[in-house]
Amino acid sequence: MGHFLPSNHSSKANTLTMSAVQETAFQEKIDAELKIEAKDWMPDKYRLHLIRQISQHAHSEVIGMQPEGNWITRAPSLRSKMVLIAKVQDEAGHGLYLYSATETLGITRSELIEQLQMGKAKYSSIFNYPTLTWADMGAIGWLVDGAAIVNQQSLRRTSYGPYSRAMIRICKEESFHQRQGYEIMSKMSNGTTEQQEMAQDALNRWWWPSLMMFGPADSESAHTSNAMKWKIKRGTNDDLRQLFIDRTVKQAELIGLEIPDPDLKWNPKTKHYDFGEIDWEEFWEVVNGNGFCNKERINNHIKARSEGQWVREAALAYSEKKQNGV
Amino acid sequence: MSKELLFKYVLTLGDDALILGQRLSQWVYKGPFLEEDIALSNISLDMFGRANLFLEYAASLKGSTTTADDLAFKRNEREFSNHILCEQPNGNFANTMARQFFLDAFYKLFFEKLAESEDEQLSAIAQKSIKETTYHFRHSSKWVIRLGDGTAESHEKMQSAIDNLWMFTDELFEMNEVDNNMLTQKIGVDCLTIKAKWDQIIDEVLSEATLKRPENIHMTSGGREGIHTEHLGHLLSDMQYLQRAYPDAEW
Amino acid sequence: MSNNNLPTWEVFIQPKTGASFEHAGNVHASDKEMALQNARELYTRRQEGTCIWVVKTEDIVSSNPEDQQSFFDPADDKLYRYPTFFKVSKKAKGL
Ligand SMILES: [Fe+2]
Ligand SMILES: [Fe+2]
Repeated sequence: MGHFLPSNHSSKANTLTMSAVQETAFQEKIDAELKIEAKDWMPDKYRLHLIRQISQHAHSEVIGMQPEGNWITRAPSLRSKMVLIAKVQDEAGHGLYLYSATETLGITRSELIEQLQMGKAKYSSIFNYPTLTWADMGAIGWLVDGAAIVNQQSLRRTSYGPYSRAMIRICKEESFHQRQGYEIMSKMSNGTTEQQEMAQDALNRWWWPSLMMFGPADSESAHTSNAMKWKIKRGTNDDLRQLFIDRTVKQAELIGLEIPDPDLKWNPKTKHYDFGEIDWEEFWEVVNGNGFCNKERINNHIKARSEGQWVREAALAYSEKKQNGV
Repeated sequence: MSKELLFKYVLTLGDDALILGQRLSQWVYKGPFLEEDIALSNISLDMFGRANLFLEYAASLKGSTTTADDLAFKRNEREFSNHILCEQPNGNFANTMARQFFLDAFYKLFFEKLAESEDEQLSAIAQKSIKETTYHFRHSSKWVIRLGDGTAESHEKMQSAIDNLWMFTDELFEMNEVDNNMLTQKIGVDCLTIKAKWDQIIDEVLSEATLKRPENIHMTSGGREGIHTEHLGHLLSDMQYLQRAYPDAEW
Repeated sequence: MSNNNLPTWEVFIQPKTGASFEHAGNVHASDKEMALQNARELYTRRQEGTCIWVVKTEDIVSSNPEDQQSFFDPADDKLYRYPTFFKVSKKAKGL
């Protein structure tokens, strides 16, 4: 008998030989495509890798509410307003599903948020770019959610049960996100000259950052090998990026927008699109905090959380009073 | 003439939902915790859904090519007839909850009556709204109680939110020419008759929340006639920006 | 300053009337009513349920992975618990 969730980060009592045996059994389980559950034995590094990856994912959903939240009050029709609110609300939900999955690993949401606010945990750099026009709502839904979906679909098969279940739920909800973005883009690219310009400009600004969302090239990626061995990740950065590009090129053509890459062309041999060089310098600049909105995003998060402090305190105080019969 | 009055009546209902929805949507990611962000967005979505129904109906009464979006995005402050309470800024979480609590309690009673309207459209929208409002009230009244009976700090914040917004509550029960006409036609609601029940609900919740009902407060009104606080203009200039800046564009 | 993490509650949703409740995930909430409301907002935005249970995470008791063999393996030789264990003439109907 025991608690529902593990109470601490790892069981340090294991002797070395013991954990070697357990590690073999663990890897066999992974290789057999069995899911690891919260209370199962797992190597510390697996646990830490999961905490880092899932919480980074959760933070991305949450910080990702800001660039789109920036346009909710200015959405140009009742319909588009409702759709955008529902979409941003879903992202909050995704954040919660993922925090919930991370909490099964023996860490609290408060701790995770602290890591985010102290800069110890990262979130997807894409959300450090500003949303300047309404077309950016289209570009985000179409490209950013589109790229996220490619990644998330592959993660439904991740080896950690709670993460995989969160991904299945998220993928179901994501299906309308990309469509609503694409709808905005196609309306605008078929609209007035000004709207067409906004749509093309948004594609120009969001295309490359979207490709960067898949992370560094496989040859450069520090985490890929263990993550693949443990089946935390199910596709490599480069493979998923290619999948996204192949899907998106035709969608752009269909609405008469031009992808801002002169080197982009179909390669009949590989049956994939070849594409130009990604500006990794820009990528690392933004990752390291020098993007357009890094500080603002975190400051907004800190502000909201600290302004909510008295509310959470009050709710706790109230429930304590009620439990003590006051 | 009667159609014109019905239009005005429906428009007020649409404007209330629209302006309150817009205010709630400003919370987006700024709630006290994530679960509450989602809750506030949900209420906001219900409000926009309701606004859409009322404004579509109003647009159809107006005739020609007017759409719900035209009514939402192409009228100015003086043409909006929402209750002033709806447009009040979010302030802190206590202010938002006080505003919501007063309005939810009002709408719960109002829509129960409107559901009996002889106007079928209004009755149908009212029936849908009752379900939503019942939930909204459960949410906002519980927060008023938690914050009122929480910590000293939250008690003080909640009390001052109640005190500051109280001056806008009488307007909810005022009956103007349009209301009286609608009432005689058995289309509209007699707001005077729901006042006593509203008072009772408010008193019950305030007492459980250990909060005091404000006394001797000078009441303000005018929203129905297009006289608003200055907050509304800024809300509209933000909300209507794209439609105003690109009048030829479709979104 | 404390972060005042609100306690977690596990959420179980009944997808439709008559169906079993399924574990959906957790929510943070300070009291039962808030837990119920938060669960509703988070897990049933698309009409996923007809009823919700919430229970404080700390009140759930779980068997341990180490218990797996002693708990569940003893049932693996009791095939007589399954209808296919019994050979019955095809002529016997309604069994
Ligand atoms: Fe998402
Ligand atoms: Fe999304």
